[in-house]
Amino acid sequence: MTKNAKIVIVLLLLVVVIAVIPLLFIHDSEFGGADGAAEDAITAINPNYVAWAEPILEPPGGETESLLFCLQAGLGASVFGYGFGYLVARKKYKKKDEK
Amino acid sequence: MTRTKTERRIFSLGVILAFVFGTATISNAMHIMEGYLPLNYCIIWGAVCIPFLVAGFFSIKKTLAKHRKTMLILVMAGAYAFVLSALKIPSVTGSSSHPTGTGLGAILFGPSAMAIIGIIVLLFQAILLAHGGLTTLGANTFSMAIAGPFVSYAIYKLCRSVKLPKSVGVFLAACLGDLFTYCVTAVQLAMAHPSEVGGFRASLIEFLGIFAMTQVPLALIEGLVAVVVMLGLESYAKPELTELGYMEV
Repeated sequence: MTKNAKIVIVLLLLVVVIAVIPLLFIHDSEFGGADGAAEDAITAINPNYVAWAEPILEPPGGETESLLFCLQAGLGASVFGYGFGYLVARKKYKKKDEK
Repeated sequence: MTRTKTERRIFSLGVILAFVFGTATISNAMHIMEGYLPLNYCIIWGAVCIPFLVAGFFSIKKTLAKHRKTMLILVMAGAYAFVLSALKIPSVTGSSSHPTGTGLGAILFGPSAMAIIGIIVLLFQAILLAHGGLTTLGANTFSMAIAGPFVSYAIYKLCRSVKLPKSVGVFLAACLGDLFTYCVTAVQLAMAHPSEVGGFRASLIEFLGIFAMTQVPLALIEGLVAVVVMLGLESYAKPELTELGYMEV
């Protein structure tokens, strides 16, 4: 365990704690997106405002939405992981070569 | 040797293209929704973005011409922004929002480069996922891909100039850049929708309450994650970071 590895683990634990706190303390919410709230606010401020454009493609429902979501996170993570893996291996074999 | 290197680069470029074209995100809380910004504002924000996008294009071109090696890191910074903007995280206000992931790239590649990466992310969200929108693309690009990264970059430089440790600088840069993105969104909406009573100010307070308050814990998360990634890069990508000038200060 290097010093950096310890720091990383502590930071990641902190991230989890920050994300979980709202879930523990707020029970009567579905945690919807903030832009839905913004839409309501616009309607409240300006009841006559009509959205003048429609999204081109709208996912038919929550399931399809979450599919696209997972796809995005998964692909992003694999590219990122590929990069990191490459860098880690490079360092490892460089050391071997030097020996 | 050089040949395999080029092949690897072409491969990683291929991967990124595939995933840029193959994905987009559903974000419920980052963008101004399609159609919710009057036309004149859409045009103004779009026009404001143009010089930054041009600068970004040349900035990336220059970086890659001078430091071919850093291509992999650029691709990773883009992937990082994609992953982070896909994570909807619950917040203390009872709604969810997500990080932007643009601060890290801004620190490494400069803020204007992020305008290009950001607009790619936003375009695909708007086209494939009904999030954000094409009419509001200019406004959203300005907040997420220009204003946020520029603040991140400035904060990082400021922290380094007062000799704060790198990780503290990275944390503050990513955290405040994230927060600023959403403050800009609130300002944009308030300008377009001033309240009957109290005008722009009343609206601004309303939208800041929705966006900025929700964002506070997420900004902290974004700062911490950026530090984690940067520690990893410092251990394993020293040559690239040195080329980018990250190690020297």
